[in-house]
Amino acid sequence: MRLEPRTHTPLAVRVLAPVGAVLAALALCALLVAWTGAPVLKAYGLLVEGAVGSRFALTETLTRATPLILTGLAAAVAFRARLWNIGAEGQLYMGALAAVVLGGGMLNLPFWLLIPTVLIAGALAGGLTLLGPAVLKVRFGVDEVVTTLLLNFVVLLLVSLLLEGALKDPMGMGWPQSAPVVEAAELPKLVARTRLHAGLVIALALAAVLWLIDTRTIWGYENRAVGANPRAAAFAGMPVTKVMLRTAVLSGGLAGLAGAAEVCGLKGYLTLDLSPGFGYSGIVVAMLAQLHPLGVVGGALFIAGIFVGADAMSRAVPVPNYIADVLVATSLLCMLVAGLLARYRLRRG
Amino acid sequence: MTPVLRLTGITKRFGPLVANDAISLTLHAGEVLALLGENGAGKTTLMNILFGHYVADEGSVEAFGRPLPPGSPRAALEAGIGMVHQHFTLADNLSVLDNIAVGTEPLWRPWSDRGGARKRLLDLAGRFGLGVRPDALVADLSVGERQRVEILKALYRDARILILDEPTAVLTPQEASGLFDTLRRLTSDGLAVVFISHKMNEVFAVSDSVAVLRAGRLVATRRTAETDREELAALMVGRDIKPPTPAPMEPGEPVLALSGVTVASGHGRPLLDAVDLTVRRHQVIGIAGVSGNGQTALADLISGLIHADSGSVTLKGESVVAADPAAMVQRGVARIPEDRHAAGLVGAMSVWENLIAERYRDPAFSRFGVLKRGAARRYADEVIRAFDVRCPGPDARTQLLSGGNMQKLILGRTLAHRPDLILASQPTRGLDVGAVSYVHGRLLEARAAGAGVLLISEDLDEILALADCIAVIHHGRLTPLLPHDRVSIRQLGLLMAGHWDVLKEVGHAA
Repeated sequence: MRLEPRTHTPLAVRVLAPVGAVLAALALCALLVAWTGAPVLKAYGLLVEGAVGSRFALTETLTRATPLILTGLAAAVAFRARLWNIGAEGQLYMGALAAVVLGGGMLNLPFWLLIPTVLIAGALAGGLTLLGPAVLKVRFGVDEVVTTLLLNFVVLLLVSLLLEGALKDPMGMGWPQSAPVVEAAELPKLVARTRLHAGLVIALALAAVLWLIDTRTIWGYENRAVGANPRAAAFAGMPVTKVMLRTAVLSGGLAGLAGAAEVCGLKGYLTLDLSPGFGYSGIVVAMLAQLHPLGVVGGALFIAGIFVGADAMSRAVPVPNYIADVLVATSLLCMLVAGLLARYRLRRG
Repeated sequence: MTPVLRLTGITKRFGPLVANDAISLTLHAGEVLALLGENGAGKTTLMNILFGHYVADEGSVEAFGRPLPPGSPRAALEAGIGMVHQHFTLADNLSVLDNIAVGTEPLWRPWSDRGGARKRLLDLAGRFGLGVRPDALVADLSVGERQRVEILKALYRDARILILDEPTAVLTPQEASGLFDTLRRLTSDGLAVVFISHKMNEVFAVSDSVAVLRAGRLVATRRTAETDREELAALMVGRDIKPPTPAPMEPGEPVLALSGVTVASGHGRPLLDAVDLTVRRHQVIGIAGVSGNGQTALADLISGLIHADSGSVTLKGESVVAADPAAMVQRGVARIPEDRHAAGLVGAMSVWENLIAERYRDPAFSRFGVLKRGAARRYADEVIRAFDVRCPGPDARTQLLSGGNMQKLILGRTLAHRPDLILASQPTRGLDVGAVSYVHGRLLEARAAGAGVLLISEDLDEILALADCIAVIHHGRLTPLLPHDRVSIRQLGLLMAGHWDVLKEVGHAA
């Protein structure tokens, strides 16, 4: 068995690759579900129902997808330029931190001024968090996989420190959580009596804008060229370093925005469990989307559906909701294989 | 006499390309077989099949009467086939002895028999006149010495059939004739040699028989003594290719002047060492030299990728300080990079995107940061037509183009804008004959239109055919310009090897 590069990957293969990967992951995880003794088809049926089966389920999935779209875009943008940002989780918390600091009563502004200010501050905080590793990479060749990954722990410890100290909510009964953001900083709800908030609109709009930037502007043109062949881009006279740093701020900014939107749209305050790994799941989303900004929306909806659906399923059949984590991880592995098969052809002999 | 090697009906396809088409060959002991063909004719593919790097789609290989299992370099080694690749496969940080002995000793033995290995190596070296120092680090060796180590490595493994892939590409003419002596000693000892080349004079210097490949087909095999250059050239090319004949032109004003330019390497010898050079309009200046003597640094400097540490660079009378590639393009420098795949083009992007890569900020192609995709595609259409780029259209993915068409794309990108200076770095490396003559024609056209051309090439024939004046680069130093009609190949060879006392003999002109 050998792999031969395809000269041309048809669109059908590019679209079918993630679908096939997801089906393969579902099939593999069926073994685990069966192992718990639960009926596989019923369990998966409950999972789908729990994800999209009712108005409530649907809004929950969309709520869950909101930060995933943003972190997915963060990963897609960075990976496109071969900036391996594994630190979206940390950037997300930096964004959330900026949001509770500025939105927690420090600024006294009307909502139409306060919301953009808080969100932009969150994005800036995330962007600056990634700028450090990016500068180290372009100046000294420091591997950003290591620096961004490790910064996640630094940020989490910083947040922990602040929640136990300076930012601790005096009304919080001693829990390690921040004071809530003021009402003027809260994102409006999209559907009454659900948790779905305007963050989704922002995330969808950004996905569309990023796609337009990617295909229509010289920024996107430079990004794609630098990502595909940095040496040729530099030879042609493109500012490779600038592109890298710009990409870093954008990618970190998207992750930071995810954090700020979670605080202002959903939680209202900051705790250490604000994100159940949205930063890491964003990588899976981006890979499923093959780094395409519009594909990210689909990828995020899928992952969100799995998590929300698995919660519902675990209440009805004896399958722990950890199956969601396994499913997502398996999807990533299957997607890597599918990506390989989309680019290469399998030959015998 | 039974042949030591027999290839029968070897066919290898890469997608739609047939690299080898039913090739059958035999090789006898004590014989040097030259495998002659243009770049891309399928010589290297054939030898890679023989050595087990590729698996043939059809056909079989027999060595010493026994069939050779396909796809196994180990089996080829065991059958007594040794290969010296175009790009050496030596570990720089190991000694000559370690490089040669590596892989020949059983893994589970707790100590290695270095004494025995050394004795055997010196023995072989003495027998075939391949002088090497067993304890020298490979990193410190010259290219010629490295090649000797490669040959010894094969002999050490008891090779009886030696394949040399374009062995002279990296050698000076003098080093090449030393290699030929070695090959004669090997064959008189009963070895058989396959010698891959696209240079006619080498075929006559060393081979007993010659097999000519063209476009994947074996078009003829001849006894070398019974053929001549004209016949082989006709067989190899398949048609008459007129060599370019640059009309003599009066050189114009200088467009590029380097004065005392030094580029440090960060360790030891500088990449460029006090280089003086002037290129004038209506002039092709050829830079000859053995690969790795500073050509890349010179090209990078003029491309705007690196800066001079000292000395001055002047373009059209204006001093250039710390220019980047974009600034060089702006000043009218057309740059044809050495490696068109790695540095010239973004393979994953479309033809039109690559064509505007040097001027996408130009108002013709973008406004307020938004690309004018329609205008860019129309422009690409024009260039594709003007430069005869064979591709499905402006939206085709660039990596699907052939090497010749990629080079035309790069020519179109740079030459369409009436440059003042053209930097052509190995502009025809790996191209087929048709594409080579196209590139040469375009360069000479640009020269006639008033551009100065700096041609950096490792192909002496190319330089002799095109250049008005030649300078030789060696260890980062550049000789003064030598008029092409006043210097011989022998003298160039000596200069390339660093024997600059020859300069007195040439009596250089300005």
